[in-house]
Amino acid sequence: MLSRVASHIYWLGRYLERAENYARFIDVNFNLMQDLPADLKEQWEPLVMATGDLELYQRKYDGFERHQVMFFLTFDADNPNSMLSAVTNARENARIIRENLSKETWEKANELYYMLQLGLEKKVWKKEDPREFYEQVKNQILLLYGLADATVARTEGWYFRQLGQLLERADKTSRVLDVKYHILLPSVFEVGTPMDFLHWMALLKSVTGFNTYRRLYGNIDPSGVVEFLMLNKYFPRSIFYCIKEAERCLHCISGSNSEGFNNSAEKAMGELRSRLEYSEVDDIISVGLHEYLDKLQLKINHISDLIDINYFRIKDNYVSQSQSQA
Amino acid sequence: MKTEGYSSEGHFDEMFTSDGEIRGHYEEYFNYLSKASNKKMRQLQHSANKAQKAMGMTFNVYHDNQGLEKILHLDIVPRIISNTEWKKLEAGLKQRIHALNLFLQDIYNEQKILKDGVVPAELILGSKDFLKPCIGLTPPKGIWCHITGTDLIRDKNGEYYILEDNLRCPSGVSYMLESREIIKRAYPQLFNDEGVMPVSDYPAKLLKMLQYLSDKSKPVVGVLTPGIYNSAYFEHSYLALQMGVELVNGVDLIVKDKIVYMQTTKGLEQIDVLYRRIDDSFLDPLTFNPESMLGIPGVFEAYKAGNIAFANAPGTGVADDKAVYAYVPRIIKYYLDEEPILNNVPTYLCREEKDRKYVLEHIDQLVVKETNAAGGYGMLIGPKSDKEEHEKFRQLIKDNPNNYIAQPTLSLSTVPCLTENGIDGRHVDLRPYILYGDEIEVIPGALTRVALKKGSLVVNSSQGGGSKDTWVLYN
Repeated sequence: MLSRVASHIYWLGRYLERAENYARFIDVNFNLMQDLPADLKEQWEPLVMATGDLELYQRKYDGFERHQVMFFLTFDADNPNSMLSAVTNARENARIIRENLSKETWEKANELYYMLQLGLEKKVWKKEDPREFYEQVKNQILLLYGLADATVARTEGWYFRQLGQLLERADKTSRVLDVKYHILLPSVFEVGTPMDFLHWMALLKSVTGFNTYRRLYGNIDPSGVVEFLMLNKYFPRSIFYCIKEAERCLHCISGSNSEGFNNSAEKAMGELRSRLEYSEVDDIISVGLHEYLDKLQLKINHISDLIDINYFRIKDNYVSQSQSQA
Repeated sequence: MKTEGYSSEGHFDEMFTSDGEIRGHYEEYFNYLSKASNKKMRQLQHSANKAQKAMGMTFNVYHDNQGLEKILHLDIVPRIISNTEWKKLEAGLKQRIHALNLFLQDIYNEQKILKDGVVPAELILGSKDFLKPCIGLTPPKGIWCHITGTDLIRDKNGEYYILEDNLRCPSGVSYMLESREIIKRAYPQLFNDEGVMPVSDYPAKLLKMLQYLSDKSKPVVGVLTPGIYNSAYFEHSYLALQMGVELVNGVDLIVKDKIVYMQTTKGLEQIDVLYRRIDDSFLDPLTFNPESMLGIPGVFEAYKAGNIAFANAPGTGVADDKAVYAYVPRIIKYYLDEEPILNNVPTYLCREEKDRKYVLEHIDQLVVKETNAAGGYGMLIGPKSDKEEHEKFRQLIKDNPNNYIAQPTLSLSTVPCLTENGIDGRHVDLRPYILYGDEIEVIPGALTRVALKKGSLVVNSSQGGGSKDTWVLYN
């Protein structure tokens, strides 16, 4: 497969997953805010912090009013990670390599773009309850995944898209967890109260993991949720699961058996996977959840750079079309 | 749907005769139209528009990150061509392509036609499209113009005339293919009843032709595109997808020891045939335009060594120059010793004194064209312009006579279209596609371009033209 094409497929995977996760972020925060007592102000700042675009936001806006934040995260063209930016980029990547996509996949990506455009036109962020819009976007992306799953051949291109999708998902799951870290409880004494419980529950729901968690862990407590979202071996949005699958994709691409590594990308991925594989939740909490997540995000970015070096620009005269990470 | 108020005066209408009778090959469709309600036709048009948008059938360019994507309007009413008419077109186009190919081989090699004085040597040798690096070259299998999209029009009497040969990188074939898919959905039953010849095997034929250019049993074929900012990018990617071959940019290719490789995730892979959709002068910055960022350094040397085939071959542009066009009837006669089956539009060459004098005196009645411009630019339509514009072009001609030709204003034929005021006639041209592989084949269909504005003769998509599906009937 052409290096340039592989790169576009990889970023298609990342941008789609990014857009889907932003839809989830906004949904979870919206739900959380509804559970806050009336005397506590809505908190949208934590969400901006978790996406890593706080600096950009503060340069443009004052305060963290809900509609403003929602616009910033969903439609702001100045925000390179807004849903609209991600979807536009995903479509752009898809368009460049549409000869490598099934017709249906491209058409869904195209429709998704128009869906966002319509949302922008209709100013959905100003609605009293915009959740339906986010639900639609999420469903459209899931439909696209389903179509791809049922129609795309499992050749190199497939694994590059999966790779992008899984790394992005790992990064975003880490950020969902971070939202909880940033949300302020009325006081430290509220830890472990019904309010705290509600927060964790909303968080699990945002990754469609609430029922699975219940079945596997029963009681909702912080260390259980952290373990579930970071280390669980079976839940497809847990960070470990994503990294393990991403490692498998790399092995499928290089055509190696899954022992050891063939290049620096495989090495870094394997190291991260085994680190997560042999971690216990107490190891994470002792480091500090937020600090641990911060480092993890840097590692994922590093792996992405290594994939770029190993597969997307081997040749001297190749002009790298760098795309942005979260 | 009613067709009252349909005007066909002063030109040839393809559905109605001058007496208002329905021509035979339109009867079936006319019956359909008479029974279909206004609402139904508008619905069909609406669905067609939606389908185009969903498919991303866009033709226009991006500027930076702000997308400006336009959709070429597809009129729901098909343009229908009878089989008898088509047979003649087919024979005429084959003859013309055959002769033009012999002409290209000759001028880059023995130059007999120039020595015999049939075509002025300086017209060819002085043309900026005559590529000196191609002198002495014979492309693989001796074929120069593999893919042609000839533009034709019909005059007052319904006679077909060749307007332009388009031997470089003719575009629009994806619209022919995608429009057919959309229109098929609009008239499922009618398609069965009418007997419309299929065009959907075009990508398969194109691939077979491209593979034929290599001697390998399984040659690697690619479509070379300037990239996403090119106005025809949709078509490049569409054709690559339909043929199942790689769509490559210049940066994907590298030449080592006169062999062309693609840069893949597994290292370098040799490529044998390129359907290139970039201009000659951008192909190789080492041989042609050193400014080219799109090309592949060293690819021309690989071509000369016979390690890569191009479709179309570099150097074909010299034969579709508007001044050379005037000589094509003589070119046909010279190589094939046959009378042209399809006529040229009479053409005045401003380079010749007698013609120039006539053009300057009759500029208000003529269409003046730059010999090297396309897309309806650099053009004067005499009867539709004012004195100031006439004077401007007179001066341009005097300053650089070699650069201009003139032709009488032709009344393009009209075909029925769905307009705001119901069914009415609009002017059209016709662009069929011809493939030259182990034989010359005319695809039974075409891109019909239509001037959407009433009375307008400008059909170019860049200037408010639309398109129609073109039905060639079995009978």
